[in-house]
Order: sequence, then structure tokens, then C-alpha cells
Amino acid sequence: MSEEQKHPEQNERVGVYICHCGTNIANVVDVEDVAEWAGKQPNVEIAREYKFMCSSLGQDLIEEDIREKGLTRVVVSSCSPHMHEKTFRTACERGGLNPFLFEMANIREHDSWITNDKVAATQKAKALTNAAIERVVHHQPLEQLPVEINPNTLVVGGGIAGITAALELANGGHHVYLVEREPSIGGHMAQLDKTFPTLDCSACILTPKMVDAGQHPNITLLTWSEVEKVDGYIGNFTVSVRKKARYINEDHCTGCGICIEKCPFKVIDDVFEVGMGERKVVYRPFPQAVPKFPVIDKENCVYFQRGKCKACQIFCPTEPNSIDFEQEDEILSISVGNIILATGFQLFDTAKIPQYGYGRLPNVFTSLEFERMVNASGPTDGKIVLRDKQTEPKTVAIIHCVGSRDENYHKYCSKICCMYSLKFAHLVHERIPDADVYNCYIDMRTPGKGYEEFYHRLLEEGTHFIRGKVAEVTNAARIPEEKGKLIVQVEDTLIGRQRRIPVDMVLLSPAMEAQPDSKEISQLFKMGCDFDGFFTERHPKLDPVATMTEGIFIAGACQGPKDVPDSVAQGAAASARVAGLINIGTVMMEPVRASINQDDCSGCRICNNMCPYNAIIFHEDRHVSEVITALCQGCGTCVAACPSGIISGAHFTNIQLLSQIEGILWDVRPAKEKVPA
Amino acid sequence: MSEQFEPVIVGFLCNWCSYRAADLAGTARIHYAPNMRPIRVMCSGRIDPQFVLKALREGADGVMIAGCHPGECHYVSGNIKALRRFILLKAMLRQFGVEEARVQLVWASASEGIILAAKVNKMTEEIRALGPLNWQETVLGGNNGYKVAQAALVPEEV
Repeated sequence: MSEEQKHPEQNERVGVYICHCGTNIANVVDVEDVAEWAGKQPNVEIAREYKFMCSSLGQDLIEEDIREKGLTRVVVSSCSPHMHEKTFRTACERGGLNPFLFEMANIREHDSWITNDKVAATQKAKALTNAAIERVVHHQPLEQLPVEINPNTLVVGGGIAGITAALELANGGHHVYLVEREPSIGGHMAQLDKTFPTLDCSACILTPKMVDAGQHPNITLLTWSEVEKVDGYIGNFTVSVRKKARYINEDHCTGCGICIEKCPFKVIDDVFEVGMGERKVVYRPFPQAVPKFPVIDKENCVYFQRGKCKACQIFCPTEPNSIDFEQEDEILSISVGNIILATGFQLFDTAKIPQYGYGRLPNVFTSLEFERMVNASGPTDGKIVLRDKQTEPKTVAIIHCVGSRDENYHKYCSKICCMYSLKFAHLVHERIPDADVYNCYIDMRTPGKGYEEFYHRLLEEGTHFIRGKVAEVTNAARIPEEKGKLIVQVEDTLIGRQRRIPVDMVLLSPAMEAQPDSKEISQLFKMGCDFDGFFTERHPKLDPVATMTEGIFIAGACQGPKDVPDSVAQGAAASARVAGLINIGTVMMEPVRASINQDDCSGCRICNNMCPYNAIIFHEDRHVSEVITALCQGCGTCVAACPSGIISGAHFTNIQLLSQIEGILWDVRPAKEKVPA
Repeated sequence: MSEQFEPVIVGFLCNWCSYRAADLAGTARIHYAPNMRPIRVMCSGRIDPQFVLKALREGADGVMIAGCHPGECHYVSGNIKALRRFILLKAMLRQFGVEEARVQLVWASASEGIILAAKVNKMTEEIRALGPLNWQETVLGGNNGYKVAQAALVPEEV
């Protein structure tokens, strides 16, 4: 690069502002020194330090200087641009400066907070500030791109979070597509018996909401469906949804259930009844299912496998017949402006901890199995019984933290397990009054309205609480009293002694974990998920339902372990965010977009295949490539790939980045090029 | 300040994962070597190999390229393109006589502040062991008439 190219903007007047952030920066970085030093750099008109640049007084400072000192560029060295870039851009705009003539240096998260070494931190602050100064002189004024918002919304996942989100939006007059991969909406909540701490019947409070969602004129329910492809960006997503064949014609079916009654074949229900009960091959997951239409399980259907039977079709009373063996999967293409993901969770596979005996010792149950068991409409009609389906247990041990708070599985606390374990203890006391219940916990975690009170209620109901992580569940008896029992080996840390507790039944409280395909889902929707597979929110404290991807929101347990009220709150919060966007009608997009110099393009087409969004088209007639701005997302891959260097990535141009590199190395650059201070 | 050599590393961090990982490391007050000086790019796929060469030529002792984990790129596959370019660049740098540890590609998701910090620490130690790069001598074979910067002296100048 020639000297001439390097400093074309020698006449820029840069204002530099070094923020103390109270003591967050000033305790480690010598802010006065940095400001004084910055004031001597080329192009710098004024350099100041101030206690809180983000305060209105700090912003006023920028505005006044732009007006009075005629600043043409602004640099603020403070926190992360993800925190306050918008704040300062707006301040520049108020002062009459194009907001993109501003650059931020991050001397808090990347500097003062990571070291106590004041000398090194001050040096780094100068480097980062100088990089911003050298970059900002090359900035160009840019205009944000307005994008119209399609008022339709896609909600993925029909659990309580998704249902809430869909209903809130639909009640506000906006159309919603609610996609659920199971045959019915309802999610995990439909499987539960009671909800803690109020002991409301789960189905009784859920089903009215399901019915509302099913009948709402603003909700298009797409159950037994999965999202296959997502294209576009905020305001304009095009989503392909595979509507799996139900083999039931939804236009004719009345949901009378005669086909279910007449179907001669039963299989184990691994989904809704978690293997505890059976269902017919043509089935509805549960009686209150929404929609009411059954599904034929093709894998197990005798007609599909052997070509004979058709009992369902023969007995179907509708005219024309609702059973349609010829039905095929349908691919629907829907256009939406925003997407809410509420894809929920799965439970940790307790068989992964062999010492707890699940799958090997018959009377070890998982929490969901127990939920189905105590449910009056469940496989045992609500009776608490052992695997033999008749013996009532007299002693029950409930093991908390199975797969959570465990270095070997999940480090996180699964949040809800203490509470549902307490609920289980209560249900055992209620159904079998003379039973002994042992809750083996690591710590009792009951934060929430009425939760601690529920724990105290259980203490009074006579549950035995043992503070200690269970080492093993075994059937190897050492003394006659242990014979035929399950023995829970646990260290009671409050009395400092190992205990062996013989019990009839063991309940495991497994961790909530991300859906097994959450990584694929996050890729499908082009948003982030963390190491555990939970979706990443935009900000853990202040933006818990938005994601890094504009127009995509998350709600419920797909973001992290959550109970029903939290999921409902998030569902509503996500819909409020979407409703806000719909009401505004347009959003402004960052103008970080690539463009190809049409005069200089050699037509080599290297960039064409680089673009992950197919935003680059090739004009055969003129033999040049061109970027379609509406499709470009601004990643800059094509800019880096262009062998002629004629693709420009707005706000991340080569000259901006190269100047930033020079600036960041101000103290180590070869002497020849060192800019005299 | 001791006589210890403090390498200067330029970090190219993608906006969505690694820059946020660095933000998180700071927010969580994880202390790590302040030697890495970050430059934000929208995607690791934006990193033109000439940026890396530019940084080394301008006096950096090492360059860290950090992106989202493969498969987690905000822009679908920009990090894979960064990886491809990195492999070619490495082959070139080897011929220049630039040690492998000086230019590293790392993956760090937005939640992996601690991982990014550990990688910066490790890289700083590795380059500290190698000593200053001195591009002019290492690559151009002689001082080429330029005065070579003494990176180790920098802290005393402050």
C-alpha cells in the first residue's frame, strides 16, 4: 500500500473519549495517560477521559464536541461494542454526525477486566484506542437498510412455552404457524400429573390452552410436522415444513375415535407413556390431544407392512372415508417475519449411570415414568405400584441430581428436580399414607414463589431427608432385612455416616437436557447453542429470549432448564418482542454488506461459490459478478476471497482493517513507519 | 517489570462467537495474558491471509484467528473457509521460516470465555518461549536497511 493511500484523510478531526467506567477501567488502566497520549496522535482533535461515557452527560460531551469542535470522527474507548455501540452511535447522530463515523475500542472486557497488570493494561488500552483512531479515519458514512416485517410468525414447538407464545400473538391479532413434531401439541406438561407447588392437575390447566390454540382463527396448527429448511432473514423468512402423512384426511375426520377402538393391534407407547403403557397402531397420544385427528403408525401398521387389515378404514363412519392409506408427506412453504423456537428438552438417560440400576433393577423408575404412573389416566390408573403392576411399595427412595451437578454428565443444576422430587414425596404420602419416603439430595434448591413453603410442608409430612449423593442402588443384600429389597447406599453427610437404606421402589430425578438434535436445530435456524446444547440467548441477563440472529427468539426449556411458570413467562416475553417488531413494521439492518466494483470485476467467479446465501449472481452478458444486497448478510467471505481485491465489505473494508492492524501495533511497528508522536 | 519477553499477539475474533467469548471472559473476570490485542471481524471467513501477514510484518509476534466451532458459524460455513485459508497460509509461513505456533486458529463459542482465555495463555507462553519474531530478519533475511523494533523493550517505554 502506498503512503498516499494510507493517509488520505489527514484532515479528519477525531474526538477520542476514554471512559473510566467508574473504577471498572480506571482502576487498572491509567486513563489520564491514555487520553493525554491519544491527544497527540495524528488526526486527533480532542481527547478526553470521563467517568461514565454512557451517561447522558458523557454523551452530551460527544454531541457538544461534534458541534463546537467540528469533529468528523468519534472514538470511544470503553466497554464492548455489543454493550454500548448503539448508545454512542445515537449520540453521534444527535450531534449531526453519521453514526457509522464512530468506532469503539473495548478496553474493559478485553483489557481492564482480564488483568491486574496496570502497565500492560495501559499499553493495551493505547493499542486498542490507536487501532480505533487509525481505523475510524477511513470510515465512510453509511445508511441503515430498512427491512419490512412480514406480520406472520412461526412458533416451533407446541409445549407450554410455544402454546403461550402462539396464543399471545394470536390474541393480539397476528397470524401464527405453530409447528409440532408429535401428533398433538401439549409437550411434556401434558404428561405430568400435578404441578408443583400448587398441586394443580397439570392436564386441567393445560388442556384449555391447547383447545384455545387449536381453535384460534389466527393459529395454523401444523402437528406431526417438522421444519426442514429456513431461508431469509428478519422480516422475510421462508420456511419449508414437512407435514408428515397422518394417513387420515383431516378435512373429513370428525375425531370420533372409532378407528382407534377397532384397530386390532397394540404397541408399547414409548413416547407419551414412556414405555409404561400401550397404544393402538392408529392412535391419539392422549385423550385430550389437539388436534383430535389420530395418526397411523406406519412402522407398526399391519396393512402397511403386510397389505392386509384395513379395519380402521372399514369401520370409519365418515362420508367420504377419512382413512387415506395413499396420503404422502407434504412440503409446505410458509413466509414469516419472525420465528420463536420453543423446542423444549428431553430427560437425561438414567441408564447412563449404571450404578443406579435403571433398566437392570426393575423397581428403579424415572421421574417421567412415575408421573405417568400417578396420573389417573395413566397406565396404572394412578396407582403407585412396582413393575409387577400390583405390589404397593412401603418404602420409596427418591434420588435427586441424577445426571446434573455431576462432573461426569452435566455440571449444571437442572433447577426443577428438587421441586418435582418433593412433589413425588408428597404424592407417595398422599396415596400410601403409611409409606416411608427418603429424599436423597445434595443441596435442597427451592427458590421460587411458594417453593420453600412446599419444602417445609414436606418436612412436616414426615419425609426423611438425607443430605448426600447416592453412591449405588443394589439388590445385593447383606443382612436379612435387606433381602428382596433395593438397597440405597448413601453417605448421610449431616451425621457423617454411610447408610444402607432398604427400599421397595427407587425414583430417579434425571436432569433436563437439551433435545438430542438441538445442534442441528440451531444450525437450521442459524443461531447459537452452547456446549450443553441449550440455545444461546442474546444476553444472559437483559435479553434472555432474543438470540444473536435477528428475528429468531427462544422460549422455554430449549434455552436452559426451566419450570412451567418460567417457560410461560418466556413464551409471553418472546411473543411481546415479536409483536413489537410487527407493530413497527420495518427494522433497520446494519449496512454491513458486500458490493462488487462492476468496472473492475474480472468475472473469475471465485466469489460465486463462496457465498453461503447465494447472494452473488453472475451476469453472463457483462461477464461480471454482482452482490444482491437484500440477500447479503455481510460475513465478508467473498471480500477475503476476491483475488482482485475489488469486493468491498462496507464497514469492514480492507483499508479499514489494515489501518486497524497498523494502529494496534503502534508500539512494535518497525521504526521506519512509526508515526511521530 | 521483569526482563521477560512479552509477545504481542494480534487476535482476529469473529463478531458472533469468539469476540463474545472474549467479552464473556472479561465479564466473568477471568484473568489471562493481556498480550492478545483483538480486532473484530464479522466472521472468521472475512480474514484475508494478507491481514495475518500484515500483522506479522508490522511487528506482531503471533496472530490468533478465532471463530465459531465448525458447524456453528453464524454465516453457515465462514469458519470452514477460514480453516481452508489457514491451512494454505500455514504452508506458506512454514516456507518463510515462521514457526507454526505463531499463527494459530482456535474455535471458541460465545459461551467459552474460559476456553478462549486458556488458549490465549497457552499461545502467549508458546510464543514467549520462541522469542520475538523479527520479521525483517526471519523472513526477509537481514534488516533490509530498516531498524528492527525491539518488542521486549516496549513495556519500559511506557
